[in-house]
Amino acid sequence: MDLGGVQLTNEKKAEVMAQVKQQIAIANLQETIQKMTEKCFNKCIPKPGTSLSGSEQKCVAMCMDRYMDSLNLVSKTYSHRIQQEAGRIQ
Amino acid sequence: MSFVDSGLNFDDGSISTSGLKANSNKDLEDFLMLEREKAKMTAQMFEFNDICWDKCMTDKPGQRLDSKTETCIVNCVDRFIDISMFIANRLTQRTNGLD
Repeated sequence: MDLGGVQLTNEKKAEVMAQVKQQIAIANLQETIQKMTEKCFNKCIPKPGTSLSGSEQKCVAMCMDRYMDSLNLVSKTYSHRIQQEAGRIQ
Repeated sequence: MSFVDSGLNFDDGSISTSGLKANSNKDLEDFLMLEREKAKMTAQMFEFNDICWDKCMTDKPGQRLDSKTETCIVNCVDRFIDISMFIANRLTQRTNGLD
């Protein structure tokens, strides 16, 4: 990585790291919201009416929680698999 | 975000720059490299979830993920990884066979 030969102070480095972390967190949140909206719209609003019905809202609320459950399960399964594969190589 | 970190534990917890030599940006470079790897895995996780949600969430969302759906998601991720490795291996073998 080329930082242009510039030597950063420890304070500046810590600042850059914190900024990167924050930007990644925001990007992850945006991705989650976008995917969640897409999945739950498809799941709960098969035929869009003139307004959101009570049951549609209930479905979306439930769907949001299940989406997070699913994401967590995928994350757990994926990281478990990575550890397994890493162990196989060693 | 906590849910992303919960499963993929690549975090070292704290960032320490105090003990390192002042004339090196290596700590920052290492940090950025690690963050890039983590971002790749997060993107992969979203892709898996995209595919497996569509495959496994066949009913209307309920009070919790039922065990059938949970099993389906776990198998879906594992089999998807199997297939991607299978395809990569088979293509490598074919390419080598042409030599």
